[in-house]
Amino acid sequence: MTQAVGPAGDAGDDGVSWTMPELPPGTVREVVRAPAEILATAGAAVDPTDPATIALAADLLATQAVSPGCVGLAAQQVGEALRVFSVDVTGHPKTRTCHGAFVLCNAEVLSASRKGKGREGCMSVPDLTGDVARARRLTVRGQLPVTGEWVEIETDAFEAVCLQHEIDHTEGLLFLDRVVGPQAVHRRQTYL
Amino acid sequence: MTDLLAVTVIGSDRPGIVADVTAALAGLEANLEDSTMTLLRGQFAMVVLVHTSAPVAAVEQALAPVTADGTLGVDVRPVADVDSQPVLGADHILHVNGADRPGIVAGITASLAAHGVNVVGLSTRLAGELYVLTAEVVLPDGVDELAVRADLDRAAQACGVHVRLVPVETDEL
Repeated sequence: MTQAVGPAGDAGDDGVSWTMPELPPGTVREVVRAPAEILATAGAAVDPTDPATIALAADLLATQAVSPGCVGLAAQQVGEALRVFSVDVTGHPKTRTCHGAFVLCNAEVLSASRKGKGREGCMSVPDLTGDVARARRLTVRGQLPVTGEWVEIETDAFEAVCLQHEIDHTEGLLFLDRVVGPQAVHRRQTYL
Repeated sequence: MTDLLAVTVIGSDRPGIVADVTAALAGLEANLEDSTMTLLRGQFAMVVLVHTSAPVAAVEQALAPVTADGTLGVDVRPVADVDSQPVLGADHILHVNGADRPGIVAGITASLAAHGVNVVGLSTRLAGELYVLTAEVVLPDGVDELAVRADLDRAAQACGVHVRLVPVETDEL
């Protein structure tokens, strides 16, 4: 079942009871590439109501929107070691549950199950891909920018994978730190 | 009576290398056993253990047409036909990445060797300035795991890279 819940998803049977606050216009930022040290730096907690956090949230979504194939972006990838990331898996063929475009601050995984293996790429590691086993059922808790409201996101499939990849970034980890074995890092054959 | 031979082939990648090499070996009724074959940048590399009654010279002769255009190099040599003594211990995946520089693999693997940690698989990739090493290693039973981790951290710091050692979960079914 595809659950098309936009960023302004209403409370309803799908259990989504939050709305992504409106953000000011964002600026497209340069995306940092490994081995930049910032990508290996765990992020500090943020105040989601701080204007600097709100501006960062807007920048992440703006940068993601202009980057082909980009479904998520973390603060580390634009050079800031903070616990903030954006996600938007709308329209991706592997997406099932979808919460549209949103930003989470100080996010953590509450529960994860049904591991499956997939091949991941990352804008910060443009020339390599890797096989990573991640949960396909996921509950994440985090704060929305602007309001600071704590929300729980229950999701699956591609959005679940994307959230884990982005939360890893905010903890200073790349998909390369999670590949399943020595033959699981690949030179990229195609570029988006 | 058959001997165990190690056949190593490396050269410029093109479709058909595996097909050509294995067809030549099949023509000698050589039996392919463990092998690894992979693309390293533009070079295709394969190491195959084969059991065959054919002598080394005959295998080399059978492979000669495959190497005739000069783009592939072949080495055939007899190897001891014994399984290595398995190291009893716990499988782990070792993740290393950071800025490329000489000595990363040497530094990291020296710290493993000092504790008797056996490398059973290892591959590296260089992508721009990024160097990535991924290995499967066995920590022998009774090893001081904290000491292994401390030495790995020290080696990683000396090389300016990041290291993670993660146990492998094996589900027995």
